Amino acid sequence: MKQVPQKDAPLKLNEAGTWIREDVSYEVNEPDAYALEEALRQKEKHSGEVVVITAGPARAQQVLREALAKGADRAIHLEDNAFVGLDAANTARAFAAAIKEEKFDLIFTGLQSDDYGYAQTGVVLAELLAWPHATIIMQIEKTDSGIKVKRELEAGYFQFVDMPLPAVLTIQSGINKLRYATLIGIKQAKNKPMRKVPLGEVQSAIGANMQKIERLYVPQKTKKTEHIEGSPVEIAKKMVDKLRNEVRVL
Amino acid sequence: MSDTILVIVEQREGKLNRVSWETLTAAQGLAAETGWSLDAAVAGSGVASLANEIAGKKVARVYAIESPKLEPYTADAFAAGLKQVIASKSPKLVLMPHTYQVRDFVPKLATAMGRAVISDCVGYKRDGGKLLFTRQMFQGKLAADVSFTGDPPWFVTFQNGAFRGDQVEAGSTAARVETVNVEIADAVIRSKPQDVFKEAKQAVDLTQAEIIVSVGRGIKEQKNIELAKQLAEALGGELAASRPICDSGWLPMDRQIGSSGQTVAPKLYLALGISGAIQHIVGMKGARTIIAINKDSEAPIFEIADYAVVGNLFDIVPPLIEEVKKAKAGG
Repeated sequence: MKQVPQKDAPLKLNEAGTWIREDVSYEVNEPDAYALEEALRQKEKHSGEVVVITAGPARAQQVLREALAKGADRAIHLEDNAFVGLDAANTARAFAAAIKEEKFDLIFTGLQSDDYGYAQTGVVLAELLAWPHATIIMQIEKTDSGIKVKRELEAGYFQFVDMPLPAVLTIQSGINKLRYATLIGIKQAKNKPMRKVPLGEVQSAIGANMQKIERLYVPQKTKKTEHIEGSPVEIAKKMVDKLRNEVRVL
Repeated sequence: MSDTILVIVEQREGKLNRVSWETLTAAQGLAAETGWSLDAAVAGSGVASLANEIAGKKVARVYAIESPKLEPYTADAFAAGLKQVIASKSPKLVLMPHTYQVRDFVPKLATAMGRAVISDCVGYKRDGGKLLFTRQMFQGKLAADVSFTGDPPWFVTFQNGAFRGDQVEAGSTAARVETVNVEIADAVIRSKPQDVFKEAKQAVDLTQAEIIVSVGRGIKEQKNIELAKQLAEALGGELAASRPICDSGWLPMDRQIGSSGQTVAPKLYLALGISGAIQHIVGMKGARTIIAINKDSEAPIFEIADYAVVGNLFDIVPPLIEEVKKAKAGG
């Protein structure tokens, strides 16, 4: 799971113009919330254990706390500021190194993050672990030989895929309905195990980033935008005027 | 290593995906900019005719990458097959469209070769000796120019709609087509895909609508959908939504606009409380006129809007419905 800036948070660039300033509100990356929910549902159906993992500075722990409150059994936090700047390949390498003693059957990730939007980390992780993967998943069923998943394709098409375990799946938003944490869940979360992984523990697995953000900036507008201002009624009247005389749909 | 650009186009059931042409347009531009030569490739089983189709465009060579194992598509087979071709041809740059299929296999392919992908790019530029690829970040609120810091081959995917497919240059003579048979062992393919299908027959075909009123998260609650519906009815348009609204079940999935829903190009697209995430924008940026109402003045939707109203949609939409009704009644 990943912590990302809140959707409507105003973003400010740092002085170097290479990243945003840290003083924004954060929330859980939305597709990751669906990935967690799916893991909890699979556990409720088939029993087992749900482990949540994130990489990021101390603030990212909030994502894990929320996940534990919703029903995850334990958490792993790769805790360091440096994790924010890793490319997808290095993030996946760090995760692979941190979980090498684990024996997971399934790893879920959200299909992409709302900040970088690489849509790569889950698939890279699968390749590093030499596991099969499937992306943009809308349904998961256990079968005798492994699992059957429903992949979302473009333009309203879907496909079922049978695959063995262990596997990595990237989860599409909307696969399920998200639950809220209960008060008792929040209380119990405080006593659930949280393993902290410092950078040093996974450093040897990480190499130099293979891609670099040279410059981050507010995109240049390609379209001329006309602002319509005034009181709500004035705006409504002006808009109708545009719809009639310029857009010509009235 | 030869300085070559390799474009891998996408085909499904013997037809080229039209975003393939967009990537080819981008590649031709990059070839002109860098002076590198340009090759194209298409992978599958029995793709000779597709290779010939591409050979009519301005490219040096076209590879028809053939194996019966490439049909139906699996990430395992595609990564294995393409890895062989890329390793032997050693292109400097490998370009693909950022489709769901490419997203499924390209991170695996690049990782297997120890390389990186700059994904979902919308442009490129040269800065001194450096090649930079522009991609949207933070759901389109910011843009980043990204460079490769590792060794080639460099993998880049381009966003649907970032380049004009109809601007792809034809070649003066047909390019040479070379068949490359790749060996993919049975054990490589671990998943068994079933046939592709369409869920239910779509009840509404939004692609034919001239006016679309579309709602996003800013609508806040399911009961507020009614307000947007009234506006759509007053305008004689269709009601649509961004993905989160359909995910919440507030409107059926067949009213979803965006990469996972329908792609529309109406005369008027009125976006209510839609922030304008990339996945939504790719589905509606072709609209002739876009009007956006959003309380967040920094919402990316305003980047592509013709008319912008920064304000609370719950204040503005009710009088707007009244004014539209008046205008209609007045003829």
